[in-house]
Amino acid sequence: MFNFLKAKNFRDFHDHYIFWVKIFFLSLVIFGLLLSLFISPADYLQGDTVRIMYIHVPASWLALQIYGVMSVCGLIILVFKIRFFTLVSKSIAPIGFTFSLISLFTGSVWGQPTWGTFWTWDARLTSMLVLVVFYILYLLTWKFVSKFLLAEKLSSIIALVGLANLPIIKFSVDWWNTLHQPATIKLTETSTIHSSMLSPLIVMFLSFLAFSIIIFLIRFKLESLNLKINSNK
Amino acid sequence: MNNNTKKRLYILLVSVISVLIIGKFVYETLEKNIVYFFSPSELYDITELPNGTIRIGGMVKKGSMKKKGNDFSFVVTDFKREILVNYTGIKPNLFEEGQGAVVEGILNSRTNLKATQILAKHDENYMPKEVADALKKSGDWKKKYGK
Repeated sequence: MFNFLKAKNFRDFHDHYIFWVKIFFLSLVIFGLLLSLFISPADYLQGDTVRIMYIHVPASWLALQIYGVMSVCGLIILVFKIRFFTLVSKSIAPIGFTFSLISLFTGSVWGQPTWGTFWTWDARLTSMLVLVVFYILYLLTWKFVSKFLLAEKLSSIIALVGLANLPIIKFSVDWWNTLHQPATIKLTETSTIHSSMLSPLIVMFLSFLAFSIIIFLIRFKLESLNLKINSNK
Repeated sequence: MNNNTKKRLYILLVSVISVLIIGKFVYETLEKNIVYFFSPSELYDITELPNGTIRIGGMVKKGSMKKKGNDFSFVVTDFKREILVNYTGIKPNLFEEGQGAVVEGILNSRTNLKATQILAKHDENYMPKEVADALKKSGDWKKKYGK
C-alpha cells in the first residue's frame, strides 16, 4: 500500500520533474505578486499596509502546517521506526523555520504602523515565538547530536512535544484577549474578507506551497543520499 | 504489528494522555493569568485593583477625544462601563474614535487611567474602500459590524 513511499521514488521525481515544478512556482508567484501588489485594492482602514498580509498570512499558515507534518512524522518515527519519515521531517524543518521567521518579521513591520508597536507580549505573538524556539531546538538537535539514531529520536520527541503549541497558536486569539485580531478566513463561517483581497491571498499561499515543494525535493534528495553514503561507510 | 511496535505505541499513548492532563492544568492556570488586557467592566467588577502597569481594551468612544498639542484625553468603553484615559505622546495612525484600542498605563482610580502607551486594535475585516462606503451608505454596515 505504501510502496510509493521510497526515497528513490522521490529522488527520481526530483530528477525528472523539478524543472516543471520550478516553472509552476515561478508563474504562480508572478501572478500572485501582480495580484497582491497592483491589482488588489487598498484596505478601507489600513490603506496599502494591507498588502503585507499577502506575505504574512501564507507564511504563518505554512509555518504551522509544516510543523504539524513534522510532528506526525515524529510520531511515526518513534512508534513504527520508518526511516523515510525521518528524511521528510529533516528536509522540511528549515523551510518551516524560515516561514516562521518571515511571519514574525512581516508581522512586526505591519504592527508598527497599524498598532503602534513592533512587538507586544500578547498570547498570539508569544506562542508564535515559542514555535520558532521549537524549530530552533529541532534543527540544533540534528546539528549537534552526532549519533544519527540518537538525533533521530531526540528530534522526533521535540517535534511531537511542540505539537501541543499548534492549537495554542491557532486559538490564542479566541481564548484570550489579544492585540492580534481573530482569524479572518474561517472554515465553518463566512470569511470577513472581500473576494478581491481573498484571491491574491490564496494564490500567494499556493505559490509559497510550490516553493516549499521545490526546496523539499532538493533537500530530500540531499538528505537521502547523505544517509546512503554514511550507512555504506 | 510486532510486539516492540505495540509496546512503543502504548508508551506513546500513556505519555500523550499524561501530557494532555498536565496541559489541562496549565491551561486553567494560564486562563486566569494570561490577561493581555482588561475590559472596563472587568475592571469595575474586580475586588482588588491591580498595582503597577496594566492594560485596558475597548472602543474609543465617539466624540470623546480631546487633543491639546501632544496631550490626549479620551474615553475607552465596552458599552457598559467607561474609563477616562489621559495620554501624552504620539498616537498611532489607526487610533481613532470609534475604533478598538488597547491602552497601557497606571490606574489613578477605577475610572481613570494615566496611559504610557496606546495601541490601535485592528479587527479581522478586510475590504476595499468602495465596498466599505457602499455598506455604510446602504445601512448594512451597522447590521454587520455594529459600529
